[in-house]
Amino acid sequence: MAQLPPYMTTPQRVWYYGFRVICGLIFFFLIFPIMVIIPLSFNATDFFTFTPEMLAFDPAGYSFKHYHDFFTNPDWQQALRNSVMIAPAATLLATSFGTLAAIGLSQSHVPYRGAIMAILISPMIVPLIISAAGMYFFYSRIGIQGTYWGVVLAHAVLGTPFVIITVTATLVGFDQSLERAAASLGANPVTTFFKVQMPLILPGVISGALFAFITSFDEVVVVLFVGSASQKTLPWQMFTGLREQISPTILAVASILVTLSVILLTVLELMRRRSEKQRGLTPG
Amino acid sequence: MSDTTTNTAEKLTTSDGKPLKASLAKALRRQKMRALLLIAPLLLFVLISFAAPIVDMLFRSVQNEIVPETLPRTVTVLESWDESSGEIPSDVVFSALRDDLVIAAERKRHTRLGSRLNYEMTGMSSLFRKTGRRVDDFGEIFTEQFENLNEAWVEPATWVSLMASEDWVAAQSKWAAAGDDAVPQPAFVLSEAAKQALPRTADIYSGFADVIRTEDGDSPTQEEPWNPVYAALYDDLIENPDAASSYSGAMAELLLTAAEAVPSFEALTAREEFIDADEDWGSLAVWQTLDRYSGRYTDGYYLAALDAQRTADGIEMVPEGQRIYLLLFMRTLILSVVITCSCLLLGYPVAFLLSHLPLRSANLLMILVLLPFWTSLLVRTSAWKVLLQQQGVINDMLVFIGLVSDDGRLALINNATGTVIAMTHILLPFMILPLYSVMKTISPTYVRAAKSLGATDWTAFWRIYFRSLCRGSARVLFWSSSCRSATTSRPNLSAVPPVSSSRTGSPTTSRVP
Repeated sequence: MAQLPPYMTTPQRVWYYGFRVICGLIFFFLIFPIMVIIPLSFNATDFFTFTPEMLAFDPAGYSFKHYHDFFTNPDWQQALRNSVMIAPAATLLATSFGTLAAIGLSQSHVPYRGAIMAILISPMIVPLIISAAGMYFFYSRIGIQGTYWGVVLAHAVLGTPFVIITVTATLVGFDQSLERAAASLGANPVTTFFKVQMPLILPGVISGALFAFITSFDEVVVVLFVGSASQKTLPWQMFTGLREQISPTILAVASILVTLSVILLTVLELMRRRSEKQRGLTPG
Repeated sequence: MSDTTTNTAEKLTTSDGKPLKASLAKALRRQKMRALLLIAPLLLFVLISFAAPIVDMLFRSVQNEIVPETLPRTVTVLESWDESSGEIPSDVVFSALRDDLVIAAERKRHTRLGSRLNYEMTGMSSLFRKTGRRVDDFGEIFTEQFENLNEAWVEPATWVSLMASEDWVAAQSKWAAAGDDAVPQPAFVLSEAAKQALPRTADIYSGFADVIRTEDGDSPTQEEPWNPVYAALYDDLIENPDAASSYSGAMAELLLTAAEAVPSFEALTAREEFIDADEDWGSLAVWQTLDRYSGRYTDGYYLAALDAQRTADGIEMVPEGQRIYLLLFMRTLILSVVITCSCLLLGYPVAFLLSHLPLRSANLLMILVLLPFWTSLLVRTSAWKVLLQQQGVINDMLVFIGLVSDDGRLALINNATGTVIAMTHILLPFMILPLYSVMKTISPTYVRAAKSLGATDWTAFWRIYFRSLCRGSARVLFWSSSCRSATTSRPNLSAVPPVSSSRTGSPTTSRVP
């Protein structure tokens, strides 16, 4: 940190450090709850709190039993399987439709662009509980409530706004003359898309896909309405776990999910840097 | 297009000889089409799987079709009844209700109707359930008397030849002879003669034939009609004594003897039978409710959401003890305001710090904001549950330090405190990220320039920094609206229930379907 200018008065100095302490406390508030569950998940007892053995760093106070439970309990395994089956399908749908639409929306002449954009973004704006209730009624009417595809459709539609936003943002920096250059060299539109456009907007597509994936993987309200017991996902199982049978297995799952989000965060950061490098900006 | 431009355009042509203007317009059109085609799949997808459900739900919120569809005859005759007359409707209405109800009960729809009307008046559900069980006995007294008169009246064949059109009889016997279950039965058709002479009997009999065919999969040629059909026949013959003589179809003779005998029948009106089944049918309030909610559309659900209801004297608030929605709206509003303020309070300094630090350290600190942002909502909820509960980490720590005694552990969860703490934590990244992106765009030189021109710290902040911040706040607004959706989506683990979450056990919440 740079040296403080010598002309600063004492109150200014106090404020300077005080402000940093306050910010430190807020950062602590942000990160502490997430960090605290990781050691707790290695708890050897069935409690949600630190035991004296754990505080004394006694190896007997720690164990992998909750992780073991997660990987052997059929309920959790079924939930994990469902999540792993639903999220990629929803991501694939959201990403392919969303990327196409984003490319369409960033053309120079689009009639009713504002209205179309508003409709496409609306799944992100409408409160989830309202979407969920509406989908429940409508999907039961057309007979896909409680089916795998019902949940996939619902999750896909919730993920599309993220894909549109990220891909549209990448397309802002896309040089349209590259397309014309490709066409003048004899490439057809499909080749142009896959050889020229796609590699350039890939970081945006991947970040959008990650957002869509995490939306589906983390979604509990809509799946509670649209799904049935055989579509029980990981968040749903955690939700019931928190409400009914409180077991530290939840903390083991939570720790695994935190690790997953750290990985996702890293991937996204790498994507961002790559994208900025391609646009000729210096990576931050 | 004016003449001059046409002339110019005609002079300018493309290489293939077409006018330039037309060529350009065509290219533009093609471009638009291409853009729309690219958007179309997603637009359709969103419209079908997202917009349609929402529109459907909005439509459902005013829909009341179940009443006119389940009780079509009653609703029609009820129109002529004046609800302020202070008297319960006439026998005609009761007969219509008997016909409607027996069909509804056979189709097992009366309980759904009862539940619907129960939202408006408690007791309706049990009234319909109870009456629905007994309605097929209504008119039994007439069945017996017709049977005593002539055994032929309880023969299904008598009724078929009395009521059915010849075409249907032919089609039905052909279908029965084929004996192929895969072929559906022909739909029942009334004969014109029956419709003319015995309108009410014909109406209920065709309802009976439909139910037998669709619900039971049987043929009306094999089934003795329900008791209410006999009651309707009695009503028809009493009302129009000449009906039998004008009737020209089959069984005219049988009908003629019946017409002569009916005036001496022992009679029981539909009204008496209903009130005998449940005395609530004699209550004015029941009929007023039925009349009020007989339309295809209703504002009842909206009124209920505002703790109001429609009564004979207009719209009124529900009794004090049953009000709940306004309270929940208020609670949601207050919690949102408190949480927004605390997010702003905690988010502003962090965003300010991040935007004024060198990029490298800002990016490092940004991870601390992004990690909670990326972490599953349920993980964070679990974390707060672990931290805040009575035997949780925070209480343990407070006891360890000695701030609170072991018996006096603080209740931090399942109340407003827990909600505000956990929701602030969950929404804080949503506040910091957009604030940060706006603050990044405000050049620090503006504030320095203001100060060099003699502005105090406050003036510089208020006139320069804050104004610039507001100008960039369109994006903040956008984000905060998506935060709101996150707010309502939050499962109420550490929460006082906001409007969106369900409260089991509360009597009034069952009003909204």
